[in-house]
Amino acid sequence: MSALLAARAIVTRELARFLTQRERFLAALVRPLVWLFVFAAGFRAALGLSIIPPYRSYITYETYILPGLCGMILLFSGMQSSLSLVSDRENGAMRLMLTAPWPRWFLLGAKLFAGALVGLLQVALFLAVAAVYGLKAPVWGYLAAVPALLLAGLMLGALGLFLSARVRQLENFAGVMNFVIFPMFFLSSALYPLWKMQESSPLLAAICRANPFTHAVELIRFALYGQMNGAALGWTGLAGAMFFALALWGFEPARTRGR
Amino acid sequence: MTEAPAPSGAAPAAALAVQGLSHDWGRRRALDEVSFSLAPGRFCALLGPNGAGKSTLISVLTGLIRPRPGQVIIGGADLGRAARAARAQIGVVYQSPTYDPERSVAANLRYFAALHGLGGARAEARITEALARLGMAERAGETAGALNGGHRRRMEIARALIHAPRLLILDEPTVGLDAPARAAITDHVHALCETGVAVLWATHLVDEIRPGDDLLLLHRGRLAARGPVARATGGAPLADWFLAQTREPAT
Repeated sequence: MSALLAARAIVTRELARFLTQRERFLAALVRPLVWLFVFAAGFRAALGLSIIPPYRSYITYETYILPGLCGMILLFSGMQSSLSLVSDRENGAMRLMLTAPWPRWFLLGAKLFAGALVGLLQVALFLAVAAVYGLKAPVWGYLAAVPALLLAGLMLGALGLFLSARVRQLENFAGVMNFVIFPMFFLSSALYPLWKMQESSPLLAAICRANPFTHAVELIRFALYGQMNGAALGWTGLAGAMFFALALWGFEPARTRGR
Repeated sequence: MTEAPAPSGAAPAAALAVQGLSHDWGRRRALDEVSFSLAPGRFCALLGPNGAGKSTLISVLTGLIRPRPGQVIIGGADLGRAARAARAQIGVVYQSPTYDPERSVAANLRYFAALHGLGGARAEARITEALARLGMAERAGETAGALNGGHRRRMEIARALIHAPRLLILDEPTVGLDAPARAAITDHVHALCETGVAVLWATHLVDEIRPGDDLLLLHRGRLAARGPVARATGGAPLADWFLAQTREPAT
């Protein structure tokens, strides 16, 4: 029970910090909406989509990129959580947390779960605005998407956690954008189906298939229509476990960097 | 403080026993065969110039980095083998501020209490007690970011006491404070020792050390002197002695 008390405190603190940071809150909502209302509108005519699972009829481009934008929110949220970790570590809050008498995996796991919940909150807001705009998924799809979004958020948060532990250069958000967010986002199925990419470049399509973000997006896409994509679930879970293991390795006391 | 380091289990009464501690940052040796022990209720000043290895030693003592080789026993618990039991007995105040400025003093303390598994009425009682001990009871509802530097530090010290640690570690806690605030915090922490808490106070400011305190002089990662202040300094004025001990050779 005491450990749960500690975990609850970590989660509550993370949620409270997000809700009080209005700029972060707005940016998290505005960024995907710009992609949805501006980019997708302009790009709609340029990209013809065939009927691919989980869709059963022709869909608009906005409908296609909706899960990808959910993934984008989680990607940004995961990286911002990692940056807040770096910043936390600088002002000592992270160190303070790690001196609590619980196993390190538990403390970092609680921090990760808190970050995933913040991401889920942002996606829920985005999906609500999209629904008002007319982009709706079935009600059960929204429910099925919750665990998919959580798993995707945990995987991307774990990646951020690992990066914050090991890659000091990522303290600068421009570095994260250039070397993590953009490559992961554009080399995925978020904006275009993989068969389209295959037509353009088999090599890039292969990279997209290896990108864990692609699997996170597909997991969300299928879940939004009440369907399970087993391969996407497996790859997302596996990547999440691997990133978390690497993050634990990065935060292991013997490897912690000096300051 | 005893001069001979206590072997594991031999001195269960020691709040802190450190034996053969060394640590390298790359090729640079930050700590070199550091050994000492600290008795309950004692104020021990960890004195050293900038770069002497004080912060590295504190990172080791709080479990953030693992020494190779070396052993740290806190209240009888080996930090390497029983990390949770050892960490539960430490209260830490880091050099850099570690609070959420937008939250209230009480909320900051409540968060820390929960991290240590304390909640509900028990946590509230400990928070009230710790704040009262540091003369901060009336500021519980204030936003932490609105406090002055001295009060913020007192809040952090109160927070470090919530889980009733046996050892309080403070890393240059008066950095950036004016003289009255420095004096007040030094007084408060000396008074804490009367309750049985052992204090390890890292500093490079000799006016924070009193004649009755214990002293560890860390220089270039090695313990250059240790023991009660009067004995370690041989009766010399502390400031002069410190300068003489840590004077770098002219290049």
